[in-house]
Amino acid sequence: MDTTRDVAIVAFAQSDHRRSTAEVSEAEMLLPVLRDALDQAGLAPGEADFTCSGSSDYLAGRPFSFTMALDSVGAWPPIAESHVETDGAWALHEAWVKILTGDADTALVYAHGKSSAGEVRDVLSRQLDPYYAAPLWPDAVALAALQAQALIDAGETDEHALAAIADRNRTAAGGNPHAQLRAPVPAGDYVVRPLRTGDCPPVGDGAAAVVLAAGDTARRMCRRPAWIRGIDHRVEPHALGVRDLTDSPSTRLAAEHAGAFDAPLDLAEIHAPFTSQEVILRKVLRLGDDVPVCPSGGALAANPVMATGLIRLGEAAARIHRGEAHRALAHATSGPCLQHNLVAVLEGDRP
Amino acid sequence: MPEPLSAPMVVAFPFTRSLGPVQSAFLTGLRERTVLGVRTHDDRVLVPPVEYDPRTAEEIRDLVEVDPTGTVTTWAWNPAPRRGQPLTHPFAWALVRLDGADTALLHALDAPGPDAVRTGLRVRVRWAERREGAITDIACFEPYEHPTAVRPARPHDGVFPDPVTGIIAPARLDYTYSPGRAQTRHLRALAAHRVLGERCPSCHKVCVPPRGACPTCGVATTEPAEVGPRGTVTTFCVVNIKAKNTGHAEGTAVDVPYVYAHIALDGADLALHGRIAGIPYDQVRMGLRVEPVWTDGGRYPDHYRPTGEPDADYDTYKGLL
Ligand SMILES: [Zn+2]
Repeated sequence: MDTTRDVAIVAFAQSDHRRSTAEVSEAEMLLPVLRDALDQAGLAPGEADFTCSGSSDYLAGRPFSFTMALDSVGAWPPIAESHVETDGAWALHEAWVKILTGDADTALVYAHGKSSAGEVRDVLSRQLDPYYAAPLWPDAVALAALQAQALIDAGETDEHALAAIADRNRTAAGGNPHAQLRAPVPAGDYVVRPLRTGDCPPVGDGAAAVVLAAGDTARRMCRRPAWIRGIDHRVEPHALGVRDLTDSPSTRLAAEHAGAFDAPLDLAEIHAPFTSQEVILRKVLRLGDDVPVCPSGGALAANPVMATGLIRLGEAAARIHRGEAHRALAHATSGPCLQHNLVAVLEGDRP
Repeated sequence: MPEPLSAPMVVAFPFTRSLGPVQSAFLTGLRERTVLGVRTHDDRVLVPPVEYDPRTAEEIRDLVEVDPTGTVTTWAWNPAPRRGQPLTHPFAWALVRLDGADTALLHALDAPGPDAVRTGLRVRVRWAERREGAITDIACFEPYEHPTAVRPARPHDGVFPDPVTGIIAPARLDYTYSPGRAQTRHLRALAAHRVLGERCPSCHKVCVPPRGACPTCGVATTEPAEVGPRGTVTTFCVVNIKAKNTGHAEGTAVDVPYVYAHIALDGADLALHGRIAGIPYDQVRMGLRVEPVWTDGGRYPDHYRPTGEPDADYDTYKGLL
């Protein structure tokens, strides 16, 4: 593998994230998003050397649902294509590896999720260990609430601090026309105590796409490419009772390997669907108050499951494209209570 | 545009899973009101037990017995239990470290309210009345403020008569299926006994059923194009396996053998599939001309039947195979 190859995110597009998109199929939801990302990079449908997507059959309730979405990418003449059954951030990782190997110079990465079709709290319970946890149907909010209580018991946060995190993210989303919640919402009642409505992400549908390119191709496609300086992902044991829920050693390790601690950051886009998870991620990523966190509003403002992590990478890259940041961190998570974490460091060229 | 169609959909299946030696001993133990853990090489006791050390990935088989009493390490009050959860009235989710164990087990805790729960609360297992070798043999935990001497984990051979070697884990998820703009228009037209495809603005091919995008060009399709209703069998297979609900009209089962075919509707550039009836199965052939049949009140064709026309010339459909 040619690890000296420079790979950049050169384009990013996303849908408007909404509570329901019953009027469009997945392919119909994806089409304008793919078109937007490809246009930014100057690529025609099917022209990217490699295509990789992230989504989950459990959200759609249909097997091989990603094959239907392929109608929107222009798969004839035959294309090189792959799919990950998780957040599209991991599809981006696969595409990055594909470009490093020299097999591709350009890649289209996309992700989508229509949580409105089912009950996403229950759907996510089906990813748990099937012997000891899944038969109890603990839903996604319940597991996050166990983690939140552990943090409160450890003295690392309290309900007021969590509400402030919710307000900050959703206030920031006021500047993001794609976000689903674009202003603070009431803290609300407990969903699963100690988490209230306001501590939880909105349920909604959406899609995102990025284009990756190597070296001079990237420079040709984008005035200011967001170079991927490091990217790594790590996973922790699936059994919640084995882990210290107040910590995220996998995020810390991924960040070290991605080079996150080697130089100061201008901003961080972290994937924290629950307010309490931002507390942990700030700690392990060593994000002080001087680093803006989720200026997009983050997952608390828009949470199209399976695309939310890819959007973090896209949002961080877009800040670099626009010259608003030089060095940015992006984080994506998957699984209950921050089980699996990906960290990337993106940089623009110095003017 | 008209209101998009939607319909309720249930996906339900019983997952049959086999157990390894450690999980088998643990779940059989629960049936016998015995809680087993596994000891790691660095002398930690994992409950619930696993077969490989999550830290070192070493195989671990050293079973031990722990007490059915323990301590809450974290909890969350669930005011509105959801389908399938252990209790139907409000309860706490809890991670419980059983006495003798170093790790915690996830389960429900039955308590009168959130004020009765705290981290550090002493609890004990409430056993289910009917136990079969599953995590739900623990009905839940309940508060147990009783000063007992905490015993360390003690060796156990994991041997029980009639061990369970597998579990059946039923899963059910409910969805509201929305087919989107293009398929909504197609399905509404079908209900009116018309077949609507969509024409690609780039390659001008007509796709039916339409998906809102041209699968070869990757561009949006919006221009409706009426096709058929007659068409040509391009290829087919004879089905000899009788499947449940393989029926169209009112869920009636279809007798085997029957023919499933790719049918190129006149004017369409993509073959769709459908069942062929009204002709003995062994007389169906490539090139056969067919037309859709709607049964009384049917919203979509139940099957296709021969029109009686001469067979289509191979050259007219060879591009659609
Ligand atoms: Zn076309």
